[in-house]
Amino acid sequence: MTELDTVLAGDSATGTDDTATRWSRREFIKRVIASGAVASAGLYIYGGLAGCARKGAVAGGVERLVSINVNGAVRRVDVLPQETLAMTLRYKLGLTGTKLGCDRSECGACTVLIDDVTHYSCSTLTHAVRARKVVTIEGLEGPNGELHPVQKAFVDELAPQCGFCTPGQVMSAVALLKRNPKPTREEARFALSGNLCRCGAYDNYLNAVMRAATEG
Amino acid sequence: MTYKLLGKDFIPHDVVAKVTGRAKYSEDFRADGMVFCRMLLSPMPHARVKSIDASEALKMPGVLGVLTPDDVTPQPNPLPPILAKEPMYLGEPILALAAVDETTAQDALEKVKVDLEPLPFTVDPLQSLFPGGPNARSDGNVGFEGFFGAKPTPVQTLKWSAADFAKAGDGQLALGKAPEEWSYGDVEAGFKQSKLVIDESFVTASISHHSMEPRSCMAYWQNGKCFVHGSLQSQSFSVPGLAGYIGIKPEDVVLIAEYCGGGFGSKATSYPTMAIPALMSKKLGKPVMLRVSRAEEYFIGSGRSGFQGRIKLGFRADGRLLAADMFVVQESGPHLGFLDYRNAGDCVSLLYQPLAMRWRGVPVYTNTPTRTAQRGPGFNQTVCAIEPLIDRAARELGVDRVAIRRMNNPENGSKLGAERTPVTSAYIKDALAKGAQRFRWDEKKKLSGKRAGSKVTGVGVGQAWHPAGFTGFDGLVRITPDGKLHIHTGVGNLGTFSHSGTARIAAEVLKYDWDNTVLERGDSRKHLPWNIGQFGSNTSFTMARTNYVAAVDAVTKLKEIAAQDLGGKPEQYEIDGSKVFLKSNPAKSLTYAAAAQRAIDLGGKFSGKEIPQDINPMTKASVSALAGTGLIGVAKDTLPVAGQPAAFVACFMQIELDLETGQHRILDMLSVADCGTVIHPAGLATQIKGGGVQGFGMATLEHMVYDPQNGLPATVGLHQAKPPTYLDVPLTIQTDAVDKPDPSSPLGTKGIGEPVLGASATALLCAISDALGGHVFNRTPVSPDMIVNAAANRPQSHRPLQVNTF
Repeated sequence: MTELDTVLAGDSATGTDDTATRWSRREFIKRVIASGAVASAGLYIYGGLAGCARKGAVAGGVERLVSINVNGAVRRVDVLPQETLAMTLRYKLGLTGTKLGCDRSECGACTVLIDDVTHYSCSTLTHAVRARKVVTIEGLEGPNGELHPVQKAFVDELAPQCGFCTPGQVMSAVALLKRNPKPTREEARFALSGNLCRCGAYDNYLNAVMRAATEG
Repeated sequence: MTYKLLGKDFIPHDVVAKVTGRAKYSEDFRADGMVFCRMLLSPMPHARVKSIDASEALKMPGVLGVLTPDDVTPQPNPLPPILAKEPMYLGEPILALAAVDETTAQDALEKVKVDLEPLPFTVDPLQSLFPGGPNARSDGNVGFEGFFGAKPTPVQTLKWSAADFAKAGDGQLALGKAPEEWSYGDVEAGFKQSKLVIDESFVTASISHHSMEPRSCMAYWQNGKCFVHGSLQSQSFSVPGLAGYIGIKPEDVVLIAEYCGGGFGSKATSYPTMAIPALMSKKLGKPVMLRVSRAEEYFIGSGRSGFQGRIKLGFRADGRLLAADMFVVQESGPHLGFLDYRNAGDCVSLLYQPLAMRWRGVPVYTNTPTRTAQRGPGFNQTVCAIEPLIDRAARELGVDRVAIRRMNNPENGSKLGAERTPVTSAYIKDALAKGAQRFRWDEKKKLSGKRAGSKVTGVGVGQAWHPAGFTGFDGLVRITPDGKLHIHTGVGNLGTFSHSGTARIAAEVLKYDWDNTVLERGDSRKHLPWNIGQFGSNTSFTMARTNYVAAVDAVTKLKEIAAQDLGGKPEQYEIDGSKVFLKSNPAKSLTYAAAAQRAIDLGGKFSGKEIPQDINPMTKASVSALAGTGLIGVAKDTLPVAGQPAAFVACFMQIELDLETGQHRILDMLSVADCGTVIHPAGLATQIKGGGVQGFGMATLEHMVYDPQNGLPATVGLHQAKPPTYLDVPLTIQTDAVDKPDPSSPLGTKGIGEPVLGASATALLCAISDALGGHVFNRTPVSPDMIVNAAANRPQSHRPLQVNTF
């Protein structure tokens, strides 16, 4: 069963379609404004501009208000059927730390965690992550802005060069250390092998992962 | 010499932003009312646009406008046009269309009717040089526009005769007419005196840059100025070219390029498509975002020129190179092209110091993406071709492979190229010696050819060099009344951290605590000086000098202010601890903060109200904007330079080669750099290692592939282009440096970014060759199938001089 199948099956089985029926859009907007959580890209949601795609671009392709859990907060967004998580994050939730390097599962710059597992958000439909927990690079820091141990290790090892692939590398490292807190260098290399770095900073990234495993 | 900051590690200010996602790249910016733009790309390798009809597209709801080749700033031939009337490679932009969102724009592009007349094309320079062969351009097949002071070779039609090709015989490059040639010494006599003469033809593949960040660009206009968020290696240096593409004055461009997601030469300075969102925005009165896809990045993101070349080397019995004769046919792409083929001659002439040398070059246009510099342009292709042949000579003459290199290597003041220009410093001999000792070369080389099952050990040494600095740019620093030192730098952020490394030179001269400095960069509104771009391994030389002269100017002014206020003469004063004080009585002192306030009060040259006449207009404008905000240190770098600065790298490698699969594994690797005084050890190590990884790609993985029948590319995606991944690299890479100062650099620093690639590529090629008992492929990349064929003594699947093959 594919991820999409799972979600679709889940929806019909539990009838959780979903909070949309419980919260009106007006209610949601009020809540967002009250919480001060208006994303910088709010315009793209309510200005009728999806950024990535036109309403009704495909047959029956209308935006649908869904809620997704991103970085510990439930976010409500209008999502097109064909919309990828990377585009939702970048253009509707203002989370531009997730990068698009290829938009086709080749490079890993868009890596996020979904229920603690790494996914290429460029090739994950946003509709497929409803009721799942998404963590992006912006969700790693502590409440007072303290760096996650992996981020700190990446700084201490001068791991990034141009930095474009770095958020994806960090996410893959975080996922690795969650499931295997004391990896060997070889294991770390395999765990991060879905993340390309054109600068070739692999050695420093691995140094950082090993440091985070020791110090984190 | 001990320094307070130089040679010490620090955390550059942009690292935290990079690991938290706060670093903003061009596609991360938004502006109110922003709309999206898509490009229509040529589906043919060479065609003429007969007509464009966008009326159906413009009727679609949400479509806002189009730009055609007639709507954009014309570019002089053979510079790449912004939008092409005569597209000269598959993927070249013809038209741009804006809509309220990207899907609408893409759907609308489907409705644009473009009538194209197919024209002859070629994806192989030798095919174009054949009698009656196709020309990539309507105005010729050979030429080089020349830029940056380089002499042009006008666009022309050049065909070699059938006799030229017949004479060369199978597998050797024909030596037809070459539009460019130089020589020194008696080359023929050199070959006659030689004990060993090697004459080989070679191919080095074209390679796409494929930077991780596609060159998306967002632009809008405000108060007559064009704001451009672009992906560029260089800040100040990009502005005049960008203004030219947009068709406005440089002072009307506000460029924001604080971060750049990789460039490797392809984003060295502004490029034509940056003008598309700017011009579209002007037309629509709305901010416009041009998101560039991975495929588009392949098409418009340029590539490294491939070579079809021939090299004849004559060695004395002891291994000294007596004569070299080099012939390079370059695949230049259809437009401007780059200097790679000329650099090839410079590369050989300096690195191996042949007593006599001739170089000939033919830059040939092809209908493949635009070529520009890629990390070590020409230099790195050349060492990939030559280094394995140096090993062959060492084997045949019974000389150690490190010894033969050191015997021929340059020293300080050694000369290069046709002009016989001396280099400011050259410590490649030291790098090889240091590396050989640390790598334990004498022990490791005994492992050569040791076989365990299907696996054979190979041990290799490689080397490379690149020019490492320019002169004549401006430095600008400012001490504000809060006591902080603002270092204004116009370099870019390529990921080398040299924006900070070179800024530390200003802090070093002014004896500042690094924590008390502010780096002003990445945005025209920060009032930046005229600096050269971040390319050509130059920053650590060029901007070391500019920051040095600006800081020295600030020190002079501090002393003058102190003398004026506290008595005595300026030369009786000294600086330290953020104070300027009387040497004979340190109690008589002025803090930097107080001196900055006094500079503002005094005005004139102290606060930037008076501006030196010899600095660039961009620096003058920046000083004017900053005038009255503190003590201004500003100067043009007019320091003497004793020739061409040059950087060198030696690399040692031990590999295990599987003769059944053709796969190799790097077991041990050490690169030693000659980059003058080391500014930032951790930054140097990342450069050596990262460039080393790109070297693996060049040696064994990366190439452009074109179908010669239809001119179609097959390496558009990353998966096909094959940049190295985690699984292609050794578990650790060792680095080291000679750390001897360059005499023409005030604190001894010079660049390093490019030869690190060539050194690792050649060490790997030579190690593979070593594992195969000295077999030389004369071709990069060396792919596993080539290794399996060589090991089994089977013919290769490609013809010897064939290019753009799988």
